[in-house]
Amino acid sequence: MDSSLTCPPPDTPESPAPRRKSPRRRLAAAAVAVGALLLTGCQLPTFGGYKGATTQARSTFHLWQGFFVAGIIVGGFTLLLITWAIFRYRRRKRDAETMPVQTQYHTLTEIIYTVMPILIVIGLFVATVVVENKVTAVEPNPYARVHVYAFQWGWEFSYPNGVKIIGQTTDAPTMVVPTGETVRITLDSYDVLHGFYVPEFNFSRYATPGYSTQFDFNVLHDGVYRGQCTQLCGLYHSLMFFNVRSVSPSAYQTWLRATGAFQRAHPSSIGQLPADLHANINGTVPSYSGNSGNSGSGNTGNTGGALYGD
Amino acid sequence: MTDVIAPPGTHEPAEVHLPPEAPGNGHEPHGGHEDHGPTGILKWLTSTDHKVIGLSYMITAVAIFYLSGIMALFMRLQLASPHSSLLTFSQFNALFTMHGALMLYLFAGPFAFGGLANYIVPLQVGAPDMAYPRLNALSYWLYLSGSITMLMGFFVAGGAAQFGWVAYAPLSSATSSPGAGPDLFLMGIALTGFSAIFTAVNLCGTIFYLRAPGMTMFRMPIFTWNMLVTGILILIAFPVLTAAVVMLFCDRHFNTHIYTAAGCHLVNGLPMRSCGSPLLWQNLFWFFGHPEVYILALPFFGIVTEILPVFSKKPVFGYKGMVFATMAIAALSTGVWAHHMFTTGAVLLPFFSFLSLLIAVPTGIKFFNWIGTMWHGQLTFTTPMLFSVGFLFAFLMGGVTGIMLASPPIDFATHDTYFVVAHFHQVLFGTAVFAGFAGLYYWYPKMFGRMLRESLGKWHFWLMFIGFWVTFMPQYVVGLLGMPRRVASYPSNLGWQSYNIVSTVGAFIIAISFAFLLVNFVVSWRKPIPAGDNPWDGHTLEWFTTSPPPHHNYTHLPPIRSERPTWDANHPDALTVPHGKGAHSNGKANGKVTASV
Repeated sequence: MDSSLTCPPPDTPESPAPRRKSPRRRLAAAAVAVGALLLTGCQLPTFGGYKGATTQARSTFHLWQGFFVAGIIVGGFTLLLITWAIFRYRRRKRDAETMPVQTQYHTLTEIIYTVMPILIVIGLFVATVVVENKVTAVEPNPYARVHVYAFQWGWEFSYPNGVKIIGQTTDAPTMVVPTGETVRITLDSYDVLHGFYVPEFNFSRYATPGYSTQFDFNVLHDGVYRGQCTQLCGLYHSLMFFNVRSVSPSAYQTWLRATGAFQRAHPSSIGQLPADLHANINGTVPSYSGNSGNSGSGNTGNTGGALYGD
Repeated sequence: MTDVIAPPGTHEPAEVHLPPEAPGNGHEPHGGHEDHGPTGILKWLTSTDHKVIGLSYMITAVAIFYLSGIMALFMRLQLASPHSSLLTFSQFNALFTMHGALMLYLFAGPFAFGGLANYIVPLQVGAPDMAYPRLNALSYWLYLSGSITMLMGFFVAGGAAQFGWVAYAPLSSATSSPGAGPDLFLMGIALTGFSAIFTAVNLCGTIFYLRAPGMTMFRMPIFTWNMLVTGILILIAFPVLTAAVVMLFCDRHFNTHIYTAAGCHLVNGLPMRSCGSPLLWQNLFWFFGHPEVYILALPFFGIVTEILPVFSKKPVFGYKGMVFATMAIAALSTGVWAHHMFTTGAVLLPFFSFLSLLIAVPTGIKFFNWIGTMWHGQLTFTTPMLFSVGFLFAFLMGGVTGIMLASPPIDFATHDTYFVVAHFHQVLFGTAVFAGFAGLYYWYPKMFGRMLRESLGKWHFWLMFIGFWVTFMPQYVVGLLGMPRRVASYPSNLGWQSYNIVSTVGAFIIAISFAFLLVNFVVSWRKPIPAGDNPWDGHTLEWFTTSPPPHHNYTHLPPIRSERPTWDANHPDALTVPHGKGAHSNGKANGKVTASV
């Protein structure tokens, strides 16, 4: 499937309409075209999915295409059988005095319709594992690290040098990341479950209080990608937006330094969490054990940067 | 009890004992004019008859279905525009919580294993009643009180629960969801949970111990088989749910910290590493929740497997394959719960992915069996048959998208979006609604001795079938665009609104279709068309007795020599072709055998 990454982007226009041919030849041409499409994989439509803005998302997208084609084939075949049975075997007038043969069981058919699905499932599973390993892999030395804390109802993005971006329902925060480099997200929650979801990354992960998780992504192109909480988290769940802004690595470094300097000079500029949450943050002891050396306690809202010590 | 049945004394009775040619409901139950207890309202309140209890279940469940459907309409209206002010956020959250809970806990399950199974299973195995009639009555009253308890949430301060039907911790904790509404919600689940457990005990007991002579396990109708397997699944899954809910209640009121992570610290004032875990709730809940999906599906598979052969005039194609597929689904369903937790980052993905994908195999076997049953048959499209075929289409679509979701990377991309909403609605609407109402149309003549109108039934079917696709197909698309579930509003600049409007229109088409069902009930009550004992030329034992069946069900039983005792009695010339003897006809042989009626 990966070979298709080198193919031209799938949104190139479809092949031009064939000139007038006899129906049979046209049918044959269509069959060849469909077969070629299936074999190359690169010209398949998106089937409604996002092509993916990260390398991981691209892999997921190709898996999605594969599953969709498999779904069309298997589902279409079954649909055809059902439709055929309904129309071909409906009771007609001439059946009035007759009785269908009261047959039951057919060993060969039964073996076929048991073994075939098993083979298909094994194929789908192998493809799944290959892509899954790419999508969930975490690099030992990521270029950038962002610690994401979700809370009711907003997001906090903490960078190793102390930069903090906090935003709530009225003001969606933006996470800045370097394009083309590996970004490590460590995900936590201050209160209830939340879902970190960026549709164009084809990825979501729960933010679970007391259980931090990590994942990597490599954004392919500069741009702003919208994100949203997907896991029901209470009253304003519908309004928990954020953005991911991807810029060149040098621009990222400049931004990181400048923002860090500014925030150190103007501590009050850091977005404030709701007052009642501060107590909770100071009291929470997320189980950081084993996570990139930042295991510790008492991570306070404003001095979190010191803990990372990079 | 056994004195009411008058079966021939041997296991393999040699003679056919047809009932007397009594017109209509002329059967006198054995024992003549004996008093069978009170009548009228007192009968409904005090009866331990499985038929009365089954009807009570079904009436309650259908009422809850309509109520819950109205909630869905309000939500669809809200989502027809991006920033609607029809409902507040908290009202919206309460509505989807209660819609899900009512449909899953109080409609789909109780309608099938409390209502239909209660009524039909004893008839299908030739039993006079359920094994434990008083326990059966207790089940119903627990169910009713649980339902009322849950609905009372709307009338307390703070309103009904707002944490989704899955009640994920720690959103369901006392700090995040204070008030009496959530407590009533949890109590409602606990009560109906016990009701389900008792019904399952009763069903298993009935099937194991009260089968009529000749009714071996492999002669039981597939519906009864599926109810047996469902009963076993209930016994596996519901105690876990009930226990988990009780623990959540303790977290809320008795300061335990089973599902809370932060709370440990607040209590002790010291850092603690081994305190409660919100993920524990998800593991326990889905250990119930995934078998629950099949508890909600298997009975409906059973209904379809009853209806397709009857209206194809053929036996079930691969009877034993069906039974083993049901068992395989049940076994696998206890090992796939964490596919609801792929995005937690805390579960072993390949294991749960493989088992989830594997469920496609027995499900596929069922599909091909249904098709094989229709193959070379003579299909008549009565209302029950239409609904069953509608189920095949709906469930096929839901099943294909289900396979996609079993793959973790695809689940990462679509989890908690409308793609998932569309998927499980197609599955559950396909089973509980298409197949459920197929069962209602199919067995209504048996229960009331009168027919439902075919024309109204077909209006119901076609409107619902159209509404079904119009409602849920756009949800797949908008889900792939990234619209999360459980949102009361959404950004207006993302192109989501048009899909939502189409979906809302579809929901109202479905709503209109259900008005036809109500009209149908009224018409059948005002101007009854007598059904007779066996209006569909049914195969299984329940069509042998009168409609409605007498007290304790049977005065006579036919010999039970196959899966289709009533068919065998009515069509002695058209018995099932034995396994392996020219089982595959070439189609030309069709019509050579003349009907015996």
